[in-house]
Amino acid sequence: MKFLDEYRDGDLAQQIAREIHRVTTQPWNIMEVCGGQTHAIVKFGIDELLPKHITLIHGPGCPVCVTPLEMIDKALEIAARPGVIFTSFGDMLRVPGSTTDLLSVKARGGDVRIVYSPLDAVKIAEQNLAREVVFFGVGFETTAPATAMAVFQAAQKGLTNFSMLISHVLVPPAIEALMSSPNCRVQGFLAAGHVCAIMGYEEYPPLAAKHRVPIVVTGFEPLDILQGILMCVQQLESGRAEVENQYVRAVRQQGNQPAQRLVREVFRIVPRKWRGVGEIPASGLGLSAAYVAFDAERKFNLTEHRVDEPADCLSGQVLQGQIKPHECPAFGGKCTPEHPLGATMVSSEGACAAYYRYRRHSAAETAFAK
Amino acid sequence: MCLAIPGKVESISGGADPITRMGRVNFGGVIKEASLAYVPEVQVGDYVIVHVGFALSKVDEDEAQKVFGYLKQMQELDELKEGGP
Ligand code: SF4
Repeated sequence: MKFLDEYRDGDLAQQIAREIHRVTTQPWNIMEVCGGQTHAIVKFGIDELLPKHITLIHGPGCPVCVTPLEMIDKALEIAARPGVIFTSFGDMLRVPGSTTDLLSVKARGGDVRIVYSPLDAVKIAEQNLAREVVFFGVGFETTAPATAMAVFQAAQKGLTNFSMLISHVLVPPAIEALMSSPNCRVQGFLAAGHVCAIMGYEEYPPLAAKHRVPIVVTGFEPLDILQGILMCVQQLESGRAEVENQYVRAVRQQGNQPAQRLVREVFRIVPRKWRGVGEIPASGLGLSAAYVAFDAERKFNLTEHRVDEPADCLSGQVLQGQIKPHECPAFGGKCTPEHPLGATMVSSEGACAAYYRYRRHSAAETAFAK
Repeated sequence: MCLAIPGKVESISGGADPITRMGRVNFGGVIKEASLAYVPEVQVGDYVIVHVGFALSKVDEDEAQKVFGYLKQMQELDELKEGGP
């Protein structure tokens, strides 16, 4: 496929890796923020091409993984109600709540449907006017324009049987929270390319300056990630802490203005709990005053619901880069993709699942590192 | 779930209101409908990056080639250093 395959060329990957070896003179810790990048790094063995003393820390950038337990429990409660059609992206169905998951609710007769796009949920609402249709709106800035459009169109169509359970999260406040933590070991960031395709990268220079960290907007293919790492290491080695854009083919400095406009119209910024991390101020999106009628938490009276996270899952430390997935005592034993304890083992973009899937037998069985 | 992949816009429908503009997008032979609401500048033949049914941005074809130009330069420099051909 054009714009995909050519960015997976093994020889070119080796070439960038050699350059990284050449410019690296000391240890560096670099965090890739996005779970899609974590997945590619582990799948293609990109970390194994790097000098030993460059450590990639897998960041909190998987929306499925950071959706708090109480939000999953709210979804489960709504989905189990008679008369409700609960719609969601497929990867939320196996995320464990306190006692069960959406897939089990469906098996017990709940009307839970997987949709590809939030607009499909609006269509279902139009076709089922006698039933309540709820969409589980999770995701980063990348996904927010799609859910915003669904709410906007539902409002335009005057649909009163459509609502959304929203757990949208924002990347820059999470970076700020990470960098402000005393345990933080991150010295440079690869920022998530598709988040920046929407938001641009004008939010990042203050972060780079305040915490003296280079931030490189990076794509998702192996060559993109390697080039992002190279740009980051070059900055670290020369003592710079700037914002650079590796993913120029898809990301413009100002981002996607029409998308930002609709997101601002439909949503407002709210504090949000992150699974394993806790509440981060101004780190999420909720419906703005004009659209509260579409808020499923209000409609189903669940705003006061609070749940604590289980103690034996260390996903909080994984998500903050304090431990690697296989350092969790439950990894591969008590916790597997079939019986996940935490969301980072459920989602294919979660760090635990990526390690389990590609590193189960030996560390070296990956595409580039033969 | 943040997966977003590039595809080629084969046809556009949905009329004058940009909000309802849709495209048929070809991902290496698999055709899917995607909303073009957020990329009003996109024309038939352009490549777009699609996520959950929405085109997020247009792929800039000139920029897309630059990384390969950069790699080629690196290669030539290597060859120079090694006293190659
Ligand atoms: S291996 Fe399982 S229990 Fe351990 S941190 Fe990952 S998801 Fe949680």
